[in-house]
Amino acid sequence: MTESGQDGTAWRGRPPAVLVVLAAIGLGIFVLPFLGLLARTPWGELASLLTGPLVVEALRLSLISSLAATAIALVVGVPLAWVLARVAFPGRALVRGLVVLPLVLPPVVGGAALLFALGRRGLIGGPVYDATGLLLPFSIWGVILASTFVAMPFLVITVEAALRNLDARYEAAAATLGAGRWTIMRRVTLPMIAPSLAAGLVLTWARALGEFGATITFAGNLEGRTQTLPLAVFVALESDRDTAVALSLLMVAVSLTVLIVLRDRWLRAL
Amino acid sequence: MNEPGEPGGLDARLVLQRGTSFRLDLSLAIPPGRTVALLGPNGAGKSTAVAAIAGLLRLENGWIRLDGQTLDEPGVGRYVPPEARRVGVVFQEYLLFGHLTVVENIAFGPRSRGVPRDEARARAAEWIERLGIDGNGERKPTDLSGGQAQRVALARALVTEPKLLLLDEPLAALDVTTRVELRRVLAEHLSAFTGPRLLITHDPTEAFLLADEIHVIEDGSVTQSGSADEIRRRPRTPYVADLSGSNLVIGTAAAGVVDTGTHRLHVADHEIGGPVLAVIRATAVALHLQRPEGSPRNAWATRIVRLEHLGDRARLLTGDPLPLTAEVTEESATELALTVGAEVWISIKATEIAVEPYLPPIA
Repeated sequence: MTESGQDGTAWRGRPPAVLVVLAAIGLGIFVLPFLGLLARTPWGELASLLTGPLVVEALRLSLISSLAATAIALVVGVPLAWVLARVAFPGRALVRGLVVLPLVLPPVVGGAALLFALGRRGLIGGPVYDATGLLLPFSIWGVILASTFVAMPFLVITVEAALRNLDARYEAAAATLGAGRWTIMRRVTLPMIAPSLAAGLVLTWARALGEFGATITFAGNLEGRTQTLPLAVFVALESDRDTAVALSLLMVAVSLTVLIVLRDRWLRAL
Repeated sequence: MNEPGEPGGLDARLVLQRGTSFRLDLSLAIPPGRTVALLGPNGAGKSTAVAAIAGLLRLENGWIRLDGQTLDEPGVGRYVPPEARRVGVVFQEYLLFGHLTVVENIAFGPRSRGVPRDEARARAAEWIERLGIDGNGERKPTDLSGGQAQRVALARALVTEPKLLLLDEPLAALDVTTRVELRRVLAEHLSAFTGPRLLITHDPTEAFLLADEIHVIEDGSVTQSGSADEIRRRPRTPYVADLSGSNLVIGTAAAGVVDTGTHRLHVADHEIGGPVLAVIRATAVALHLQRPEGSPRNAWATRIVRLEHLGDRARLLTGDPLPLTAEVTEESATELALTVGAEVWISIKATEIAVEPYLPPIA
């Protein structure tokens, strides 16, 4: 981490009051909802609420699908980032735009698009279903796919930026030492971008864990099959407020734990 | 011109276009056991030459042959990728892998060429000992001093048993004191390497002290070649004249006097002792027709051995007891009626002589 330097601190002086007030409002927007959540928490029944079958099932589904989505992103997203960073091809700018599209697209639209492509009567899903009987929507595979679609851009963007900022001379040095492309990738490139890769994976996983819109559109809201934690929170809000609060608290706790555990070791790039 | 090079040697003609305006066209022949320096300003094409020889850039024309093997020759469709060439490179800023320890850095080459892990580490340990960096094997490159890092970079290149050693600005990243010390270390290890060696540098002192032969490269092509002495005495372009505009005198210092063997120079530094390198800029050498007044401590009579006119300046070489290059304005050259063979008096202020410890290469 670079400080702005001692020269900077010398003339910095007192921060303008307006800035401080606006910053406090900004912070409040982040903090107030959590306070509301904590105030509404039924602490006494928390344990029993969180061990209910609906909650356990949703947590299991969420963990499996978010981790699976992260794994898929790692396997195909890193190569995609590498190609975008290192291979000049016509239309690269367009491909880059497509990759970040899920970041700005409303997830519901993403889910609908997935349905049109891979649904039972979809562009690809139709022929596949007719030939094999395989159906992606309304299954855990649908959840995983929807999460991957929404979350993978985080990994691709982070890793691509890291690859572009990487000093290519180190890879050249490795080549002169006799290393082939794979060896360079495995022993120089990936270790050198490890902090960014880790940061990208955490962001991707966190996004996949919180995924709602694309999932409910593409995979539905089937208890025990496609109902992940966020969907369970949404349903519980209608019927069982206490469970909804408990589930929300659980998600906050899980996210916070991951951030804290990984922060010192891996997340310097964040 | 196009016959296979000498066994063990490097024979190359590098022709490469970079962008629209820059073109490299350079011939190199380095027999085994000799050090050739490519000396030139930034942007002259030195890095391009390094990249081409290492295989990181393909030639457009010409050839690179090393120990009888053709590494690149577009004319016959031959190109050997860098990992299959045996060119050991010590990179500018060393480029040690920050995520690996010293041992792992050095073992990287053998490991990449399929040597088993333990064997590769044993070879690395051997080089660590040979280069006198024992006890640093498990450290990370960021924890090393500049000198230690340079040795690790050398070891990393040499452990692969290269057929050519390529040194790209090996001392540029260091401060002056370290540079003096490391120049000696480098000289030592250069002479221990039996293949051809190519030194890339923008520092004339480095080239003059380390290389057997110097090619001055400007704007993509060689403007002058020769030994350090030849280059220094007969600069053919303004760039060479500028970079060789300093006299390098080796002697022994004691109590403010540097004894060169033929002459005693008074210097301002009274602390320094032992072998030293004294650097005197050509413009610091003052010329007079008679013994200068005020009796400066460095003053002697000599004759003009050679005289060259370089536009608005005149450059001359003086004779015994201490041959020096001096540079004066054309105006004062006329005023002093300087001609070859004429007697002149020389004076140099003691404060104009920079003295640094000189550690001669150990044979």
